[in-house]
Amino acid sequence: MSNTYDLIIIGSGPGGYVTAVRAAQLGLKTAIVEREHLGGICLNWGCIPTKALLRSAEIKHYTDHISNYGLKLEGTITADIKQVVARSRGVSARLNKGIGFLMKKNKVDIIWGEAKLTKVGEIVVSKPSKPAVEPQHPAPKGTLGEGTYSAKNIIIAIGARPRSLPGIEPDGKLIWTYFEAMKPEKLPKSLLVMGSGAIGIEFASFYRSMGCDVTVVELMDTIMPVEDVEISGIARKALEKQGMTIITGAKVASVEKQADSITATIEKADGSRETQSFERMISAVGVMGNIEGLGLEELGVTTNKGCIEVEGFGRTNIAGIHAIGDVAGPPMLAHKAEHEGVICVEKIAGVPDVHPFEKSLIPGCTYCHPQVASVGLTEAKARERYDDIRVGRFPFAANGKAIALGEDNGLIKTIFDNKSGELIGAHMVGAEVTELIQGFVVAMNMESTEEELMHTIFPHPTLSEMMKESVLDAYDRALNA
Amino acid sequence: MATEVILPKVDMDMETGKITQWFVKDGDTVSVGDVIFEIETDKAAMEVDSPASGIIRDIIGKEGEDTPIGVPVAWIFAEGEDYISQVGGASSASSSSDAAVPEVAEEAVPQSADNPVLDEPSGSVSVKGVRATPLARRMAREHGVDLASVTGSGPKGRIRKRDVLAALEAKPAAVTAEPASAEAAPVAPAARDMAAVDARTRSLFEPDSFEEVAHDNMRRTIAERLQESKQTVPHFYVSVEVELDALLALRKQMNAESDAFKISVNDMMIKAWALALRDVPDANVSWTQTHTLKHKHVDVGVAVSIPGGLITPIVRSAETKSLSVISAEMKDLAARAKERKLKPAEYNGGTTAISNMGMMGVSSFAAIVNPPHSTILAVAAAQERIVPKNGEASIVTMMTVTLSVDHRTVDGALCAEVLNAFKRYVERPMLMVI
Repeated sequence: MSNTYDLIIIGSGPGGYVTAVRAAQLGLKTAIVEREHLGGICLNWGCIPTKALLRSAEIKHYTDHISNYGLKLEGTITADIKQVVARSRGVSARLNKGIGFLMKKNKVDIIWGEAKLTKVGEIVVSKPSKPAVEPQHPAPKGTLGEGTYSAKNIIIAIGARPRSLPGIEPDGKLIWTYFEAMKPEKLPKSLLVMGSGAIGIEFASFYRSMGCDVTVVELMDTIMPVEDVEISGIARKALEKQGMTIITGAKVASVEKQADSITATIEKADGSRETQSFERMISAVGVMGNIEGLGLEELGVTTNKGCIEVEGFGRTNIAGIHAIGDVAGPPMLAHKAEHEGVICVEKIAGVPDVHPFEKSLIPGCTYCHPQVASVGLTEAKARERYDDIRVGRFPFAANGKAIALGEDNGLIKTIFDNKSGELIGAHMVGAEVTELIQGFVVAMNMESTEEELMHTIFPHPTLSEMMKESVLDAYDRALNA
Repeated sequence: MATEVILPKVDMDMETGKITQWFVKDGDTVSVGDVIFEIETDKAAMEVDSPASGIIRDIIGKEGEDTPIGVPVAWIFAEGEDYISQVGGASSASSSSDAAVPEVAEEAVPQSADNPVLDEPSGSVSVKGVRATPLARRMAREHGVDLASVTGSGPKGRIRKRDVLAALEAKPAAVTAEPASAEAAPVAPAARDMAAVDARTRSLFEPDSFEEVAHDNMRRTIAERLQESKQTVPHFYVSVEVELDALLALRKQMNAESDAFKISVNDMMIKAWALALRDVPDANVSWTQTHTLKHKHVDVGVAVSIPGGLITPIVRSAETKSLSVISAEMKDLAARAKERKLKPAEYNGGTTAISNMGMMGVSSFAAIVNPPHSTILAVAAAQERIVPKNGEASIVTMMTVTLSVDHRTVDGALCAEVLNAFKRYVERPMLMVI
């Protein structure tokens, strides 16, 4: 029975493919099912290609301010959006190919098609019911096709898709989701971004840097509502200074479509309404789990709020069926999916001493300019949960490296439980903070107290010195402020 | 990597030990199992075997110094292994960080100090198998949790915050029993207050009018255990007088039978008391926060006075043993107790205890219950008394015994019942040997 495996993983996004590699390392005979693109949304239409777009935006931002660095540019820099998109697609294609290589190297069979759970331990793979998002990277060679496959354990890792609001459904032409926003044929003159989460704010930042008039509408009172208020406030000011219009505490009440533009009615909290036209609009009001069409209901797999319910190690209520990543609930982040997948498969393989992860230790990064990164509790949440906290702050304006880089706007904020000295939150805004946050994630995972951090030597001159200074400041000992 | 020689934990209560003697010196060749040093714990002296074969180097555990358990006191290098000094930054055994004895660790070294033989990534210091995160160590210290008793849920058993919190939840009694800081237990006087009290005590006497004797481990243990007992165990006391003539007569008769044994009055007290508790099992119990432990056997701790203090070796399942067996066992235990050669298993636990001061001529006294026991029987001297019997004065050998009882587990009536059972065995001693 060549169609029988120890483990079948449905979905090859960052959760699925990493899980497949780990399963292979553990000696499990593994297959992975994919209907559209190896690497999933993350690698094809999410994390990675947006980083490529934002890199172009970043370079443009620097060249727009090139005289700040004593350099003189003869002529002008203009965005060739076709080439920017082509580069982004190229980055994605390279990594997509890499996943095929990883599967082959680890002897993981790729089954090409759409899976449906027919009974516990069995799936039927058939042609995809949904047309693929174009342009598609070429399908890998040597894949298995339609048919019935069985495995003792099945891991569902089929991710999420854009959520849409009734009456403002994306049409792919005037109202975009991240799919269309990722591959514009030309730059719109004006753009409305509905939602200021990581996806919304990254596209807003990209299009603003590329020279578009960008308006962001956010229902909550602050942009990037999951972030610390102080941090998102600094980010907002910086974005507004770049010419972005940000309207918070407001919603897009209705949208009227014209031939090549839309007219949006924006309603503020006080009920006042304002009508404005935009060439294009991005709907970025969150994502929802892909739980339909998989046969979950027929098998009695419990779902909740659009996600599969899991406990501990990705186990659903049905033995032998597991779920990880976005489809298993928030936070819907690639790195959460990867780790969830690894511990799920380690548990299946009987690796000793596997422990569920702590959700409070999942970092989050947003790659707008300036960048935002955080882990743990915001100051507001920390005050709710702890009687006595200490908050340290250190501004980029007091850091030598930041000033030398010409990036003196930003803040690193740390929050400690004063009773135990536990680091319970770290929040950053400014240049390169998405690369800095990991220092605090390691510290929190090791359960460092302020003492270990204060006794850690940070190299000079670096942006990371601000991390130590922020810790020192929490204990009124900052040296350079 | 050189093998650490650590100060072992040989006893549940043990926090520090004193190396009394090294049997090897730096550079000596040792084999696994060789006795390399001797330690004095709270209650006994123990010989410690070598954990590895090779050459012993860097003997940093000093004779006569109190050393926290679990810290390295020397290193053994395998044959052919390059000698690299293990002493490095940490200059003596007592300056190694030790999670199990947080008070000592805190005083001796900053949190971030390296263990001289750190063999794992920084962030958790391995001491005698105790791996704990910095936060877990700090919380354990603040809440008085012994990390050695906590199961770690982190990688390779590292103790994390959640494990300390779980330990705190699981056994509030054990934790509050030994608060490590004034903050954790507001009723406990802070350490600096204690120092002030000590200073005041000294000031009441002329400076040269006394000699200062530092507490040894045994004195400290006696002080801690009995203070804790008196503060937490609600004691009450019941006395009864027993006639001894029949017992003395039987003893004489038995000892005349053979030279193989010499049964003492104390041996017969042990047997009678064990049988009484067998007959009234509700009094053979231990208190815990959630349950009363009803013991199936009577393990009698017998207080033995030794120079510098006392120790209570245990006659296990005494109700099942003959007088000659009890007698032989007691003789051996008492002799080794005086040499401090008892093994911890021989003095830890027990379900009850006897303290006999009869040979010292006291007419009556009351003892302090030593948890987890619920009872302790205080046996005073046998005395001839004139007692009215059938309207006539007769001379009878009498003895007063006083039972101290933990009222949480044993009530008055039950106490009277078990004492009367004891009285019956003593006054009709043939019942003991049937």
